[in-house]
Amino acid sequence: MSDYKAVIGLEVHAELDTASKIYCGCTTAFGGEENTHVCPICLGLPGALPLLNRKVVEFCIKAGLALNCKINNYSRQDRKHYFYPDLPKSFQTSQLDLPICYDGYLDIEVNGQTKRIGITRIHIEEDAGKLIHGLTGTRVDYNRGATGLIEIVSEPDLTNPDEVYAYMETLRQVLLYTGVSNCKMEEGSLRCDVNVSIHREGEPFGVRTEMKNLNSLSAAKAAAAYEIKRQKQVLAEGGDLFQATLRWDDAKGINYVMRVKEHADEYYYFPEPDIMPIVITPEEVEAIRATLPELPKARQQRYKSQYGLSDYDANILTVSKALSDLFDQAVACEAPAKVCANFIMGDITRLLNEKALQPEEVPFGGKELAELANLISQGAISSSAGSKVVELLFQPEFAGKAPKAIVEEQNLGQVSDQGAIKAMCQQVIDANPKVVEDYRGGKKQAISALVGQVMKASKGKANPAMANQLLEELLNG
Amino acid sequence: MDNMQKQELASLTLTQAAGLLAKGETSSSELTQLMLERIAASDNNAYITVNAEAMAAAEAADARRRTGQSLSLVDGVPMALKDNFCVRGMKTTCASRMLENFVPPYTAAVAEKLADAGTVLLGKVNMDEFAAGNATDTSYFGPTKNPRDPRRVAGGSSGGSAAAVAEDTAYFTMGSDTGGSVRQPAAFCGVVGLKPTYGRVSRYGVVAFASSLDQVGPLNKTVEDCALTLSLIAGCDPRDASSLPSPVPDYLAGLKGAEGLKGLRVGVPQEYMGPGIQEDIRQNVKKLISDLQAAGALVEECSLPQLEYALGAYYVISSAEFSSNLGRFDGVKYGYRAKGYDGYDDMLRRSRSEAFGDEVKRRILLGTYTLSAGYFDAYYLRAQKARTLIIEDFRRAFGKYDILLTPTAPVTPWLLGTAFADPSQVYAMDMCTVSVNVAGLPAISVPWGVDRDGLPVGVQLIGPALSEDRILQAAHGVEALANSGQIPGQKGGAAHV
Amino acid sequence: MEITKETVLKVAGLAKLNLAEEEAQRLAHEMGKIVGFAGKLAEMDLEGVQPTTHAVKLENVFRADEMQPSYPREEILANGPERDEACFVVPKVVE
Repeated sequence: MSDYKAVIGLEVHAELDTASKIYCGCTTAFGGEENTHVCPICLGLPGALPLLNRKVVEFCIKAGLALNCKINNYSRQDRKHYFYPDLPKSFQTSQLDLPICYDGYLDIEVNGQTKRIGITRIHIEEDAGKLIHGLTGTRVDYNRGATGLIEIVSEPDLTNPDEVYAYMETLRQVLLYTGVSNCKMEEGSLRCDVNVSIHREGEPFGVRTEMKNLNSLSAAKAAAAYEIKRQKQVLAEGGDLFQATLRWDDAKGINYVMRVKEHADEYYYFPEPDIMPIVITPEEVEAIRATLPELPKARQQRYKSQYGLSDYDANILTVSKALSDLFDQAVACEAPAKVCANFIMGDITRLLNEKALQPEEVPFGGKELAELANLISQGAISSSAGSKVVELLFQPEFAGKAPKAIVEEQNLGQVSDQGAIKAMCQQVIDANPKVVEDYRGGKKQAISALVGQVMKASKGKANPAMANQLLEELLNG
Repeated sequence: MDNMQKQELASLTLTQAAGLLAKGETSSSELTQLMLERIAASDNNAYITVNAEAMAAAEAADARRRTGQSLSLVDGVPMALKDNFCVRGMKTTCASRMLENFVPPYTAAVAEKLADAGTVLLGKVNMDEFAAGNATDTSYFGPTKNPRDPRRVAGGSSGGSAAAVAEDTAYFTMGSDTGGSVRQPAAFCGVVGLKPTYGRVSRYGVVAFASSLDQVGPLNKTVEDCALTLSLIAGCDPRDASSLPSPVPDYLAGLKGAEGLKGLRVGVPQEYMGPGIQEDIRQNVKKLISDLQAAGALVEECSLPQLEYALGAYYVISSAEFSSNLGRFDGVKYGYRAKGYDGYDDMLRRSRSEAFGDEVKRRILLGTYTLSAGYFDAYYLRAQKARTLIIEDFRRAFGKYDILLTPTAPVTPWLLGTAFADPSQVYAMDMCTVSVNVAGLPAISVPWGVDRDGLPVGVQLIGPALSEDRILQAAHGVEALANSGQIPGQKGGAAHV
Repeated sequence: MEITKETVLKVAGLAKLNLAEEEAQRLAHEMGKIVGFAGKLAEMDLEGVQPTTHAVKLENVFRADEMQPSYPREEILANGPERDEACFVVPKVVE
């Protein structure tokens, strides 16, 4: 059973972060009352004509360049026909044989190993509306209909669920960095279809099944894992696999069959006569390339070489572009890199999670972070006071305040008065004879317990380095 | 006003009506009232919907004129639109049960332009269902009769548009032409019909038949009226991606009657003068050739060998696009929904099957067939390639000739209810007009005499892309020859009402 | 070109049209005649000929990414054969 290998390909749909829809001026804003973001064009009224949003094309090229694709000089849109109530024209305006981008790749990292996953193509198309299933009928809301999408089709280069997760995570990161999609999976802005087959080495690919519209990284991974296991089991039991579209039930953790494909889908595509061909010159491609931001991989390299951050820190810092940007802004203000990185990976990330905020919603900027980091490195405040300042900065009443002002106002400054600290050290030595005994008996690390006591006694304001030094003097003196 | 005066007023050309309005010798209200009376009295079934607001619009036009605030030369002139032009708040049926009660919330670009010029919309006129046909006999609301002989078809698909002009129930009308749907009914009813260059007039808001072939065009009583109407509707529309950004010339400036024919190089493609053409139509065209020569034109027989394939290319492309464009009629957002269905798929099938007529179904099936797996390359792709060769054939011809002259239709209007052995015989009637749409060119049909039964014959003048001014000039010349009695039956023909 | 009744029925399924057997039989005959025109295309030498997909030589006709107001919901829903206060309603679609 174990000699079966899985072959996995992904089709990822990303809603583009344009202001208006792909063929009309209706807003792409998420939510909104049902059928209030609709006009004759996106409702597919007879006689209404589409007009392609230039930004959709630009975003597709941008995503393509970020994913190392070639850009077709001549591209066009095609109609893909099928009937479904969420598709108002009964065809989806998409691209068949001349997608805007083709032949790219994405490097992913799994267990410390880099693997290159081929990108077959990226094309533009329109999203469908939303169906709301009730007990007796299905309600149709066209707000989301005709929002611009890119579909990113991978080569079947993925071999296990971990790679599926890493691919999705890395892809999401690239799309976020380029700004083409907000990738909010909970709002359906990023969804993927997972195609799975298994075969023995040297044998042709097996029968493929497809799981549609997975809307979280973990669901994509779990669905792939489940499907590989299921296929292996069917074959082990001597059963037959058949081509099918499956639906992943995230709550139950199982796939169930939506429909069995008896023959290939018949979409009878043909070139969209109402949309003129898209011609992209090499100069235009280069102009868009020039607008590409530094991508996560490059940033990680720079953080390591320029700031001496570890692999781990560099990876964590670049997970979110917003946080990575915050870091870059802070170090640009001449702040110590490691201190800034620690704040972002520690307190800031923790507070974002606690408050259920997005990385874009950190309520202060790089300047404030730099000021705070410098206060620490100059010994003006302790690191625990630093955490306190960050916490306060997340509170609305401190919005826009400078860390220095907060330190003063809240009296968080570090005590570096030698006499006062020395007195506290003596008290701590007197109160902890056992620890003192350990220290003098050769357990030098016991001193940190005493430093901790001094910090506690000073309510976190004592300069820990000074406390350490004074304790050593008193104990050895 | 006695009946004679009324008849005189009704038979005015657009240009004449505009002139009388300018001089204050008539009013928009008077003309509109007269048209509405005539519409009510006519048995030709040209109209599907009469605009309840027409009189109010006429009064508004008169008020503007009184205060010197007329919107244009044609402010207050009553006209009608083919019932595939969307007009906000007014039924747009496409002569189909599917859209029997469809009231669009928006207005077609051309309808907007005509309203901005102050013209009064009398109503929506009859057509073949979804414009699929060439006799206006597939309309859900019954056929339109030919005013020149009410036993006969008006042609189509813009049969209501042609009939309304011919029976004087509108001073001009708008139609749409996918394979001859303006020119052929114009020829059948003895009026002028122009199919502009693809992209010259906005298609926005006109219910699509075949998107890469459709073009909006006017039907008029005279070539001058046609030039005037074109100048009202031509121009780039940013809402239609296929709209051409080229400037709009003065279409009236070049109209010089028979003078305009001097030195004109005219090619007569032999492909459209063969045995498929009714003999007396061929004789009429031959008469025109000699008259043109007499007027100083240089006329030559020529050959465009690829035209032989135009009908095949046309029916493949138009049916494919038609089937695609009509997918949206699914009983969900608008249009007919069947009763007593069981589930979504059954609802969809029943609604479409019950609401589409036979001809519409036939073309949807044909289109779906030619696009479906295994047939695409043999039909659709070949048709698109044939299209390339047809375009090249025309380009070569226009290297030698200013315009091409052909009959508009191979026959004159047939009797309503004529039983054809199979639909392919009816489709073949489009042989002279479809190549123009396949190549995206402008062409005009001008009345040129009658056949042996006194039925109108039209000739078609085809020009290169954006040569509307040139073909209007030539058509104006042909019209002048006809009016000077060169061809019998042209003026006040026996069958004219 | 022969078109069979079975082909017509299959195509009708794709196009969501119900056809009675005899209707399909008749249409098979008629469509066969019509594609006869298209059959002529098979005679053409189209080697190396580029297909024409658009009748005009326009390219890159775009709109700027600017928001325009949408239509009032009542107008969007007004022609719906079945609707509630906010949505079109169709028979329950099972997935």
